[in-house]
Amino acid sequence: MNEPLFSLRNRWFTASVGALVLIAVASFAVGFIWVPRVHARDAAATIWESICSAAGAPARYRNAPLQGDAAVLPTSVIVSSAMMGAPDAGAVGRGATLALRCSMCHGARGTPPAGTEAPHLAGQPASSTYKQLRDFKAGHRPSAVMQAMSGILSDREMRDLAAFYAVQQRETPADRSGLRQPAPRLVSNGAPMRNIGVCAACHSPGAMRTATPILDGQPEAYLRHELESFRSGHRANDINRQMRNVAHQMSDEEIALVATWYARR
Amino acid sequence: MFSDDTRRLVLGHFWFAFAAFFIALLLGAWQMYVRSPLSAWIGHPELYYRSVTAHGSAMAYVFPTLVAMGFGYAISELSLKQPLVGRRWAWAGLALVIAGTVVAMVPVSMGLATVLYTFYPPLVGHAGYYIGVVLIVVGSWIWVALMSVNLRTWRRAHPGAAVPLPMFANLAGAYLWAWTSLGAAIEILFLILPVALGFKSTIDAGLARVFFSWTLHAIVYFWLMPAYIAFYTLVPRAIGGRLYSDAMGRVSFILFLVFSMPVGMHHLFQDPQVGSGVKFLHAVFTGMVSVPTLLTVFTIVASVEIAGRLRGGTGLLGWVKALPWHNPMMLAVAFSFILLGFGGAGGLINMSYQLDFAIHNTQWITGHFHLIFGGAIVIMYFALAYDLWPHLTGRALAEGRMMKAQLWLWFVGMLVVTFPWHVVGIMGMPRRMAYFDYSYPEIAPQAVTVIMSFFGALMLVASGVLFVLVLLRGHRAPRIALPEFRFSQAVHAGLRLPVALNGYALWLALMIGLSLLNYGYPIAQLMALEESSVPAVPAGAAP
Repeated sequence: MNEPLFSLRNRWFTASVGALVLIAVASFAVGFIWVPRVHARDAAATIWESICSAAGAPARYRNAPLQGDAAVLPTSVIVSSAMMGAPDAGAVGRGATLALRCSMCHGARGTPPAGTEAPHLAGQPASSTYKQLRDFKAGHRPSAVMQAMSGILSDREMRDLAAFYAVQQRETPADRSGLRQPAPRLVSNGAPMRNIGVCAACHSPGAMRTATPILDGQPEAYLRHELESFRSGHRANDINRQMRNVAHQMSDEEIALVATWYARR
Repeated sequence: MFSDDTRRLVLGHFWFAFAAFFIALLLGAWQMYVRSPLSAWIGHPELYYRSVTAHGSAMAYVFPTLVAMGFGYAISELSLKQPLVGRRWAWAGLALVIAGTVVAMVPVSMGLATVLYTFYPPLVGHAGYYIGVVLIVVGSWIWVALMSVNLRTWRRAHPGAAVPLPMFANLAGAYLWAWTSLGAAIEILFLILPVALGFKSTIDAGLARVFFSWTLHAIVYFWLMPAYIAFYTLVPRAIGGRLYSDAMGRVSFILFLVFSMPVGMHHLFQDPQVGSGVKFLHAVFTGMVSVPTLLTVFTIVASVEIAGRLRGGTGLLGWVKALPWHNPMMLAVAFSFILLGFGGAGGLINMSYQLDFAIHNTQWITGHFHLIFGGAIVIMYFALAYDLWPHLTGRALAEGRMMKAQLWLWFVGMLVVTFPWHVVGIMGMPRRMAYFDYSYPEIAPQAVTVIMSFFGALMLVASGVLFVLVLLRGHRAPRIALPEFRFSQAVHAGLRLPVALNGYALWLALMIGLSLLNYGYPIAQLMALEESSVPAVPAGAAP
């Protein structure tokens, strides 16, 4: 009974401490290295990243394809219901002049000619057009054409353009068969089991959501391209990953279905 | 033998524990009734949740703590054969627990602290509730200190002697409780009370839940300790056998001490604030806790077999028939093991990261912990009360038939309550719901299971009434001259004991080390994060 307890010669001490260290090291190796590496496949680049993710260390989100500030923040615009400020009587007139530069792709009054892939801007909420212009200029939304076009615009000019397009009437396309077809389930109900919200809750004309575009009548190719960009993460200017969270769960068929239905309205 | 004052002390603990238990039992049965299709809806969920809060708080904090304390004082005096040191402190501890219970239950019954016994921040109720819980815990810490002091006193008088197994196990429970109750105490003192008292308006709910998980699982092993001590030190003697191995008992209690702590995060498998690797680590150690339970099942079954063979049983299973089935202790240990088996099987599902997704927050969970605590553990509380009662009252406890009826009712009642809960949990019924509209077609098939559970609850109430009656009658029975109280003897008594099995230094060091390993990073990380606080939600409303 008098042998020392905390001694390497005490078998109870060495065996119990050794067994516990063994269990701890083995479960650490499985839980922090092996399993996360298997789960993440090629997404987690290094062992250190696996360990951090398994430990729950919060990392700032990085969007690899984008540069600088845009890789970390989705946008530099603060979106709120008051973001467009008080109505400005001269804004629409000034915007009409500025819009001459845009008419090549977006049409004289915001509706592009049939068959092109540029989105229509007529009747879009001013906050939506304004936010996209800011995002193009700052590089949060990559586009070779729009980055150049928006780079020379001042904040006031972007607001004027947005105000002009908001009051235009959309020229409706010839094929509006979508109006008679029932909405796809994703549009009307979402997919709750996959955490996909209802498209129409934000994107229908009646929803009036700040900085949210109306999708009715947008070109099919444009809609499909944007959903795919959200899905791959190449487009990442959605606050709180709202659209990326939806799109990364959608299949090619679902994207095509939704895009076709909205294009024909 | 007991001194008169210790007898009163232990009886005081037991009676207050059983009174809290009985009231909470009635509340539980009422909850089952209003949730079943038999009752029209009570009109306001608040009343239901008040009842749940009171039921949970009494059953989790008051009842088992007092049983462990009372039983601990009894063990100290009976196994060390020395008068209890610090009786005045012990009475003060009991007074604190009683005061805490009253302070906590007043706001709960007024509807000002309907936060359920697990607190659920960002829900925040009346400060009185939390202060009451802290008082209960502080009262029990006095008991922890006294157990340690009593053992030290004995050791000074018996240098180098082997600590008797009952006291050794008792200390395992006390130290485990001291360390595990720290989590909830920190949560209340540093996170919840500042909000409840109005100094702050936000609370870090994720961190609070991590601290609560520090307490939440090991507290179950603290509840378990009196039952396990009864398995090892009362059962073999009561049924006329011998303990198969004294050392195996010590190893089991040591393993409980070491492995109970770093496991609590399996309660947070679905929580986002803890990383999956940390959860995996906790799942592994949760698996390790099954080792002392399996050791115990083996040792106790072997001890019972010894009793069966001593009574003339032969052959592979003949000894089972020869066991003294008329003895309440025999019945209790058999029931306890069966309930422990079912509860443990369910527990293996809860501790598996993936399987837990299927039953998380369903009635399955409620079924699981009622089987383990309400079943396996509480039935041993009954048995140990029956065993100690004559020594506490100095009178015979000759209600054999009533005791057996009581144990049978509890056993069957608990199965009838919990089996339908498991089934309906798999069907998807969430726990902590005040009301179900069974006319809705998707949940209509669940209605019948709730009715079954209510009948089980009625059996439990009947058993509770019998239990209280037996004990009351024990106070009126004729006085008898009692032999000295004995704990079980081991088959090989008086073997030389390794120093590791006669003290706690090494095991406490391992317990603390493992706790820090498994909790250190998540706690440090959440404390460093500023974004993790959320606005507190005041609980309670007038119905």
